[in-house]
Amino acid sequence: MSSPAYHAPETIEQAVALLAGDAGARPLAGGTDLIVQMRSGRNAPSAIVDLKRIAGLSGIRALPGGGFAIGAATPCTALKDDAALAAAWPGVVEAANLIGSVQVRNRATMAGNLCNASPAADSVPALVAAGATCLVAGPNGQREVPVEAIPAGPGKTSLAPGEVLVEIRLPAQLGADAYLRSIPRSEMDIAVVGAGVSLVLGAGGVCTAARVAIGAVAPTVVLVEAAGAALIGGKLDDAALEAAADAVRAACRPIDDKRGTAEYRTAMAGVLVKRTAKIALERAHKNQGRSQA
Amino acid sequence: MSKLLVSTTVNGDPQQFLCDPDTSLLDALREEMDLTGSKEGCGSGDCGACTVVLDGKMVCSCLVLAPEAEGRQVSTIEGVAEGNQLHPIQRQFLEHGALQCGFCTPGFIVASKALLDHNPDPSETEVRYWLAGNLCRCTGYDKIVRAVMDAAAELRQDRRTAA
Ligand SMILES: Cc1cc2nc3c(=O)[nH]c(=O)nc-3n(C[C@H](O)[C@H](O)[C@H](O)COP(=O)(O)OP(=O)(O)OC[C@H]3O[C@@H](n4cnc5c(N)ncnc54)[C@H](O)[C@@H]3O)c2cc1C
Ligand code: FES
Ligand code: FES
Repeated sequence: MSSPAYHAPETIEQAVALLAGDAGARPLAGGTDLIVQMRSGRNAPSAIVDLKRIAGLSGIRALPGGGFAIGAATPCTALKDDAALAAAWPGVVEAANLIGSVQVRNRATMAGNLCNASPAADSVPALVAAGATCLVAGPNGQREVPVEAIPAGPGKTSLAPGEVLVEIRLPAQLGADAYLRSIPRSEMDIAVVGAGVSLVLGAGGVCTAARVAIGAVAPTVVLVEAAGAALIGGKLDDAALEAAADAVRAACRPIDDKRGTAEYRTAMAGVLVKRTAKIALERAHKNQGRSQA
Repeated sequence: MSKLLVSTTVNGDPQQFLCDPDTSLLDALREEMDLTGSKEGCGSGDCGACTVVLDGKMVCSCLVLAPEAEGRQVSTIEGVAEGNQLHPIQRQFLEHGALQCGFCTPGFIVASKALLDHNPDPSETEVRYWLAGNLCRCTGYDKIVRAVMDAAAELRQDRRTAA
């Protein structure tokens, strides 16, 4: 097998041109999926386009209005080091920092986690719950799409040839978020179920907006709109939480594998969503208390 | 495909080597630079035996392409001791018997040093989570964790004496 070419472009335009000009070329961010797949023979790119030398693709920018833009080549550990981001979106930052080990997270990016399109990708349910979007650059210019529009099936994305993710954008935090996963071990394992919840509370602590996303229980991460709807309009009492769990269980299309049966995954998805929602609620109450103080 | 010429810095020394574009940094260190301290246990990011520090961050060198090291700073296990003077982490590993076959040891020491360089006083839990990406099939980890805790205490003491 011949060795691929290696390119380290310095601009997004160069990266797009390299990718658009060679159907076998693949972007390289942290390489914690791509290099593993190259070693195992599952992926044999004709060229590797390293994104890490592109100025502006690494790092976190505060957006006007309180949101954040996270460069596609930013490693997960850098998210934790950004105090403002970690305070605003703890669920997203914690989800990204459940990936692998410190060694892996010093390389792994959320953009790579998303574009690898594993149904069990940990940061993706948290990003979908958060209402995050992606800035995508391609031969025909740039477009902004919701995170949930990127994965198209296990290992497949909706990106067109030559397209790359430039940044992931998080809106201003108006409430709070959380992410939990269930794994057989305490570290270094792939999720059997993952759940992300993002909530906004209004006057009197009534939930005015909610998004719920689940991972590892269908061919892609799923935004469960009915589960979010079940939480809106009340204070997340037991009945609302059970209704959200019902909606989540109904949205599960899991597989059976060594980590868990389909039945177990479905049952756990309901349990996990309730636990995650309670953490998000507690955080939202705290944030509300702080903004009123 | 033709070979690439890579210029990098390893343990403070400039290094140049030729490699195929998909050579791992681990293979380049071991085969082109003769730095065989870093080990390949798995080649897939799971075991940490290949841990090196790249521009200040510890990474699995089996999951870094050698050309990515162009212009970067790499630190390996070979740079931990100063001449014949073992680093306190190395000495504590010996004193605690924190190794048996020793295959995992370079990775554990590089990772432990990366922890103590930025967190001089970690809790046992912090040490265990930090080292979750380093596997050892021999020791059962307990002696490793104690060696790191004692090395941390020794380094804090050294710093106080130096101050
Ligand atoms: C030991 C180990 C443990 C792991 N544990 C976990 C875990 O617990 N949870 C989890 O979710 N994952 C885990 N992973 C998988 C992996 O680390 C993550 O999916 C990681 O986020 C991938 O990011 P990366 O930057 O390394 O991606 P890369 O490997 O660089 O890229 C992944 C894919 O995305 C494409 N890509 C990358 N960046 C872009 C871009 N900007 N635009 C378009 N396409 C792009 C690449 O071409 C490739 O197809 C683990 C991996 C290892 C080795
Ligand atoms: S050899 Fe690199 S992590 Fe095992
Ligand atoms: S001492 Fe043998 S693997 Fe750790």
